[in-house]
Amino acid sequence: MRRRSLAAWGALLPLALIVGVGYVGTVLWTLRTSVSSSRTFPKDDFVGLQQFERLLDNDRWQHAIHNLAVYGVLYIVAAMLIGFLLAVFIDQKVRGEGALRTAFLYPYAMSFVATGLVWQWVLNPDSGLQNAMQQLGWTDFSFDWIVDQDMVIYTVVIAGTWQGAGLVMALMLAGLRGIDEEIWKAARLDGIPTWRVYLSVVLPMLGPTLATVFTLLATGVVKVFDTVVAMTQGGPGTASDVPAKFIMDHLFGRANLALASAGAVMLLITVLALVAPLAYVRSRQAAKGGH
Amino acid sequence: MTFPRHALAAVALAAAALPSIAQPLKAEVIHWWTSGGESAAAKTLAEAYKAQGGIWVDTAIALGEQARSVAINRIAGGNPPTAAQFNTTQQFRDIVDQGLLNNVDAVAQRDGWDKFLPEAVLQAIKVKGHYYAAPVNIHNMSWFWYSKAAFKKAGIAEEPKNFDELFVALDKLKAAGLVPLAHGGQPWQDGIVFTATLAHYGGRDLYLKVFRDRDTKAILGEDFKKVLLAFKKLQGYTDKGSPGRNWNDATAMIISGRAGVQIMGDWAKGEFAQARQEAGKDYGCSPGFGPSAPYIIQGDVMVFPKTDKPDQIKAQQLLASVITQPATQVAFSMKKGSIPIRTDVDVSKMDLCAQVGVAAMKDKSRHLANGEIYITPDQNGALQDVLTSYWNRNLPVEKVQKDIVNALKS
Repeated sequence: MRRRSLAAWGALLPLALIVGVGYVGTVLWTLRTSVSSSRTFPKDDFVGLQQFERLLDNDRWQHAIHNLAVYGVLYIVAAMLIGFLLAVFIDQKVRGEGALRTAFLYPYAMSFVATGLVWQWVLNPDSGLQNAMQQLGWTDFSFDWIVDQDMVIYTVVIAGTWQGAGLVMALMLAGLRGIDEEIWKAARLDGIPTWRVYLSVVLPMLGPTLATVFTLLATGVVKVFDTVVAMTQGGPGTASDVPAKFIMDHLFGRANLALASAGAVMLLITVLALVAPLAYVRSRQAAKGGH
Repeated sequence: MTFPRHALAAVALAAAALPSIAQPLKAEVIHWWTSGGESAAAKTLAEAYKAQGGIWVDTAIALGEQARSVAINRIAGGNPPTAAQFNTTQQFRDIVDQGLLNNVDAVAQRDGWDKFLPEAVLQAIKVKGHYYAAPVNIHNMSWFWYSKAAFKKAGIAEEPKNFDELFVALDKLKAAGLVPLAHGGQPWQDGIVFTATLAHYGGRDLYLKVFRDRDTKAILGEDFKKVLLAFKKLQGYTDKGSPGRNWNDATAMIISGRAGVQIMGDWAKGEFAQARQEAGKDYGCSPGFGPSAPYIIQGDVMVFPKTDKPDQIKAQQLLASVITQPATQVAFSMKKGSIPIRTDVDVSKMDLCAQVGVAAMKDKSRHLANGEIYITPDQNGALQDVLTSYWNRNLPVEKVQKDIVNALKS
C-alpha cells in the first residue's frame, strides 16, 4: 500500500511541479510585480496600489473591460443558442449528417488568427461583402461595422460565434444522443410537441453538458486576443480593445511590466469572482450526492 | 516568456557549419530587418563586417516589438547576443540603467562620433558620458508623399509650401473625387500624422515644449489646441476604408493615383521603387515645408549587451566601428530607404529623396529629435492611446489636451 502511494506520488510529481511553479508560481510573481514600479525589468520595490489606481483611471482599460463584458455575454449566448439549434437540427436524423457535422465543426479547427483575418476580409467595406453586394447591383447596401467605433466589437462577436458554435454543436449533439429513446417514446405517446420536449425535458437533462460548454466558452472570452489582433488590431483607435491586448501592449511594446501585471491581476480577480460562485454551487451539489 | 526557437536553431546551424576557427570574431546580431529591402540592407552590414575579419550570425526576428523582447529576455536571462537592434529612442534606457550593456567609448572616441553625429542621435546613445549604442541609420518618419498623377487630375500645379496650402490641396483633391489623404488608421500611423502636424504646423518651439519639457501650460494652451484641431481636420480627408489599413496599402493608393497625399516614414520609398516609380517624376517627396523646415530624426541603433569574454568585446567594438563607416552607411541606407548617420558621405548614387534628406541634415538648425527620444515607451504608448481615440472619435479638444498632460506625466 505504501509503495503504491509512493509510486503514485512519483508519477504526480512532475505535474505538481508544473502546476506549482508554472501556474501558482507565476501568479504569485505577477501579484508581486503588480505592486512594484517595474518597467523593462522586474524591480523589488513596493509602491502599493499605485498601478491599480492608474489602471482604473485609464480610459483605454475601462473601454477594454467594457468590450470584454459585451463580447462575453453576446458570444456565450449566441454560440450556445446557435450551437444548440444546430445540434437539434442534426439530431432530426437528417441526411448527410456526417458531412454537415464536419462542415459545422470545421471553423473550430481554424486558428483564431485565421478566423480574424478571414472576417477582416469579409467585412472590409472596400473589398469585402459590402463591395460585393454593391457590385451585384444593390448599391445602397451598407455593412461597415468593422470601421465603426460603436459597432466594431459586434463584428468580433460574429467572428467568435462563427468559430465557436461548431464546438457547442458537437458537444450538445453528443448530449442529445445520450438521451434515452424511451423518453421520446413516452412524450410522443402523450402527444407533447417536439419543441416542448426539447425545451422542458431534454434541455434540463443536458445540464452537465451545458455547464461544460459554458466553462469552455467563458475561458475563451477571458483570453480573447488573437481574433481581435488579427481582425482589427484593437481599432479603429482603441474601439475594439480587450484586456489581454492592453496587457500584451504594456508588457512588451511599452516596457511597463508593473502596469501589465496589474491588468493581469485585475483580470484574474474578475474571473475568480465569476467562477467562484459557480464552483461553490457545484461543490454543494456534489456534497449532496448529485452530479 | 518568448523563446527564440528559430534563433537558437540559427545559432546551432551556424555553429555546426563553421568548425571552430579561433580567429574570426563571431557576432550574433538580433534584428528585425526581415522584409525584402530590409534583409538586403542587413546583408550589406554582414558583408562589411565579414570583410573586416568577422563572422556575422544572423538572428532575424520579425516585428520590432518581438525582436526587442527576445533581446531583453536573453539579456536578462544571461545569454545575450553580441549585438541587438533598437530604435534611436529611449527603448534601451532601462537596460543601460541596469548596467546590462557594454559601452563602445573606445570606438566612439577614436572615430570622433561627437564630431559627425547629430545631436539628436547622441542624445539617445550617450548616457552619462558613455556611448551605449552604435547608430545604424536615420529615418524620418514624417515625410509627405504626393502622387503627381492625382495632383494633375485635381489641378494642383505645385507641391504645397506650408500647412495651409496643404489643406487647399487636400480640398482640391476631394473636389476631384479622389481620396485626399491616404492613411492607414493604426495607432502608430495616427501618431506619425500627429508628429508631422506638431512639427510643421505647431513649429519647433512648441514641439520641444510638448515632448522635451512636457510643459503643461503649453499643452493646455491655444497654440497646441490649434495643432490638435488641424490634426483632427486631416482625419476628415481620409476615406472610409482607412481604419486598420496597413501603411503599404495606403502607399499603394498614392502609387495608383487614387489618393493624393500620404504622411509616412521614408521606408515608403521601397514601395514606390518596387512599383518602378521615380521620385520627382511619378511621385513627390518632401520632409517638410520650405528650406528651413525641421527634419525629424529617428532610426536604428545597435546595442551591445554586457559580456566579459574578450573576443565578444572585440567583436562588439569591431561591429560598432564597421557600422558607422561611411561606405557601410551608404550601402546600407540605399537598400533600407533611410539616410546615413553622417553627412560626410558620397550621396550621388542615392535616390532623389535621400539626397533631399542628407541636404536637410547638413543644416544643423533643422535637426529635430523624434518624440520618443524625450519620452519613455510607456509615455509614448499612453500618448498614442489618447491621439488615436481623438482621431477616431468626436471628443472635445479640451479633454484631449488634459488627457495628453496625464499621458506624459507618469
